[in-house]
Amino acid sequence: MTASATDDLTLTVHVWCQAGPDQPGDFVTSEVSVSPDTSFLEMLDCLNEQRMAGGQEAIAFDHDCREGICGACSLVIDGKPHGPEQETTTCQLHMRTFNDGDAIYVEPFRAKGFPVLRDLVVDRSAFDRIQQAGGYVSVNTGSAPDAHAVPVPKPAAEEAFDAAACIGCGACVAACPNASAMLFVAAKVSQLALLPQGAPERDARALSMVEAMDGEGFGNCTNHFECAAACPKAIPVTHIARLNREFLRSSLMPRS
Amino acid sequence: MTTQPNTQLHDNVPGGPLDEKWTKHKFDLKLVNPANRRKFEILVVGTGLAGASAAATLAEMGYSVTSFCVQDSARRAHSIAAQGGINAAKNYKNDGDSVHRLFYDTIKGGDYRAREGNVHRLAEVSRQIIDQCVAQGVPFAREYGGLLDNRSFGGAQVARTFYARGQTGQQLLLGAYGALMRQVNAGRVKLHVRKEMVDLVEVDGIARGIVTRDLTNGKFERWAGHAVLLCSGGYGNVFYLSTNAKASNVTAAWRAHKRGAFFANPCYTQIHPTCIPVHGEFQSKLTLMSESLRNDGRVWVPQDDGDARAAGTIPEGERDYYLERKYPSFGNLVPRDVASRNAKQVCDAGRGVGTTGKAVYLDFRDAIKRDGRDMIQARYGNLFDMYARITGEDPYSVPMRIFPAVHYTMGGLWVDYNLESTVPGLFVLGEANFSDHGANRLGASALMQGLADGYFVVPATIASHLAGRVLQPVDTSHDAFAQAEAASRQRFQALLEVQGSRTVDSFHRELGLICWDQCGMSRNRADLEKAISSIRTLREAFWQDVRVLGDAQSLNQNLEHAGRVADFMEFGELMVNDALQREESCGGHFREEHQTDENEAKRNDEDFCHVTAWEHRDGKPSQRHDEELKFESVHLSTRSYK
Ligand SMILES: Cc1cc2nc3c(=O)[nH]c(=O)nc-3n(C[C@H](O)[C@H](O)[C@H](O)COP(=O)(O)OP(=O)(O)OC[C@H]3O[C@@H](n4cnc5c(N)ncnc54)[C@H](O)[C@@H]3O)c2cc1C
Ligand code: SF4
Ligand code: FES
Repeated sequence: MTASATDDLTLTVHVWCQAGPDQPGDFVTSEVSVSPDTSFLEMLDCLNEQRMAGGQEAIAFDHDCREGICGACSLVIDGKPHGPEQETTTCQLHMRTFNDGDAIYVEPFRAKGFPVLRDLVVDRSAFDRIQQAGGYVSVNTGSAPDAHAVPVPKPAAEEAFDAAACIGCGACVAACPNASAMLFVAAKVSQLALLPQGAPERDARALSMVEAMDGEGFGNCTNHFECAAACPKAIPVTHIARLNREFLRSSLMPRS
Repeated sequence: MTTQPNTQLHDNVPGGPLDEKWTKHKFDLKLVNPANRRKFEILVVGTGLAGASAAATLAEMGYSVTSFCVQDSARRAHSIAAQGGINAAKNYKNDGDSVHRLFYDTIKGGDYRAREGNVHRLAEVSRQIIDQCVAQGVPFAREYGGLLDNRSFGGAQVARTFYARGQTGQQLLLGAYGALMRQVNAGRVKLHVRKEMVDLVEVDGIARGIVTRDLTNGKFERWAGHAVLLCSGGYGNVFYLSTNAKASNVTAAWRAHKRGAFFANPCYTQIHPTCIPVHGEFQSKLTLMSESLRNDGRVWVPQDDGDARAAGTIPEGERDYYLERKYPSFGNLVPRDVASRNAKQVCDAGRGVGTTGKAVYLDFRDAIKRDGRDMIQARYGNLFDMYARITGEDPYSVPMRIFPAVHYTMGGLWVDYNLESTVPGLFVLGEANFSDHGANRLGASALMQGLADGYFVVPATIASHLAGRVLQPVDTSHDAFAQAEAASRQRFQALLEVQGSRTVDSFHRELGLICWDQCGMSRNRADLEKAISSIRTLREAFWQDVRVLGDAQSLNQNLEHAGRVADFMEFGELMVNDALQREESCGGHFREEHQTDENEAKRNDEDFCHVTAWEHRDGKPSQRHDEELKFESVHLSTRSYK
């Protein structure tokens, strides 16, 4: 864009472009120069400004908070969901991770459960439908007892928190060879199974959320654990083990 | 028969003693028979804390609800990003907190520019919010005994803030989103994601529907209902750079304003003192560093201007811990507006640090020495990591560099005690309304307000409209819908037809810079007048030279953005205009002409103890209306944090 400063990085970026859900797609290659202090998404902004200046449409990608919490950003960068850094969402990735002259490949999250809408934007509404199947405690507004009525031991509260940190981004699905959504489902089931508030619906929840997951076309977990490696919030795979136990437990219960 | 708009600004606060108003009001309100509720269709725009909690609660009560958001999932509303915490007058710490103290702190913190009745109600329901969230499984921080932990936040003298590590917003929102998902599953809420409200529809003077544009395929759709709830968040992105999420916008509120909803106090914007400074030209947003850092970090700049030495090599005697020096009793914990203004003053005096000179140090050296690195890491580890990731510097060994950034907007659509706007049937909740924070919001009180509005206030007050007025059957074939849809189509088409040479982003950045430089932390008449003419010129240039590529029938993020920037261009002028007419300094609104000898804000209670609400007039200047603020239980004093 503007005359680049000496320490700017010049990169060759290959980005997946696809006009619509059922259209063919391909990589589009551009060169872009940015400061190492810019974020990955700012690099894409810069590339888009460059494209638009040349009369080409901007490449679509999802993003919102740009600080690693909303779960909107996605992208497979050089084959890795959310890129090369551990525990880092795409929006938190900074260009200083790359070297001058690098070639970078950018693709959408790919999974049967996440159809591409356009370019890098995918439809992750399947995650919402899984939550609808039971990812909550059924308590109407106004009917809650005092918050101190039920103490929760700190270790359980902390472990529940670790699970609750899931931002629903879907990287676990994109990373899994089977496109399984087990880590995502496990995080929610685990959070509520660990808390006394979640206990009354524990059995029904595990069953119906797993059923919903299967219904959305996500694959089975065959213990590759690529999910946890890609997860920007470091949700541990131990939650998958808990989900399996919860599922087994509830499958053995008589269903009402 | 046409229902009259509330243009006289009746606040509808019930009479009687302050602490009995809400109870009495709830008793006096008409009720909607449970069997009739499902016949009422409520349209809820927004799924943040305010929108999700309202939609879920109304559906639980039996109403038919349709809910909308612009993100791909309701869970991604901007509320998700809140870090620090949520206030509630639980007094679990037994440190003297009470509903009255929370009420008083909030009124005072807002520099006496909020309505007593609303704020007291907020403090009252704050306690129930925590109960509700805990019952939903929100994992608030706990102590070893298993009970909830609290901390003091944003300079409060009591520990009343509930928190969930550095992600309180996400955990509260997931609670509300869970409640919403439960109602979707039960078929009582119909949820539409990636749909943007582009107009409000009125029939016989009552809000009866909206028009949306589907962001995946550009389709315009009409929705009819018996009431519309706007929960669309704040307008901070008029400044381009802010801590708000990129999709945060004024469009829904502005469209409603253009249909008759008054806009109140748009000049009250909050600049948060602890954000990571701007790094360069392509900066797309700013990142907040939680205010809690000021509990242990010390703010300073070099004593002498132009001192370019590395922080660590500047001796103690040549550092100016200016907040501790000027405000000995509050020190680094002065309220946000005071901390921000002081940072600007030292930077304007040439004592700012870093390559741009637009930053001050937030130093943890002494805290690490006192408590040890492990303790500091336990308290702030995630924030330190975030800082390091963005700046490439290690805050354990060099002080953080911070600078103020736009963060929150206290202004918003005018609402009465029922949270109803001047348009009957249009209710406004959360950051989108103006109601509770006056001229400055205290930390951890926006989450409280959003959830108070959605879980407890509107579910009760909406009956005043539904049961109190005769609502004729209306469907989307009504002419008012056709007109609104046609106008919306035309607006988006017009954006595509300009075919100019500049990108939408370049216009947005320029608008942001005008607002920041001339209507930011410190304002004066000459600058504000200049800003108005600059914004007008820019708006004209926008409509002549903007280049929006692609079409209106597909997923087109550039067109989405153009629509929002077009509205910011109009709104920006109103904001500046409001700042111009308010001849006083209060809270986040600092007019250089109105300051004490010690450069502190000087309020003018004689002439400005009122809410300014603006009425839109097509083609004519906006018309100003004042709602006088009456204080019955607090005494107006000068805020002092010395
Ligand atoms: C970084 C950060 C940290 C914060 N930390 C704290 C904190 O610690 N404590 C605290 O109390 N407050 C905090 N705040 C403030 C607080 O988070 C917000 O004020 C609050 O969450 C706003 O909630 P809301 O429900 O009103 O709106 P939002 O959460 O902004 O939701 C807006 C909703 O409206 C939808 N929407 C917008 N426009 C349209 C449209 N045209 N059509 C359809 N839908 C639309 C969006 O999709 C979204 O669902 C913080 C704010 C920021 C920026
Ligand atoms: S488990 Fe991790 S990767 Fe999967 S959705 Fe949650 S945060 Fe994303
Ligand atoms: S944009 Fe929100 S997590 Fe990346």
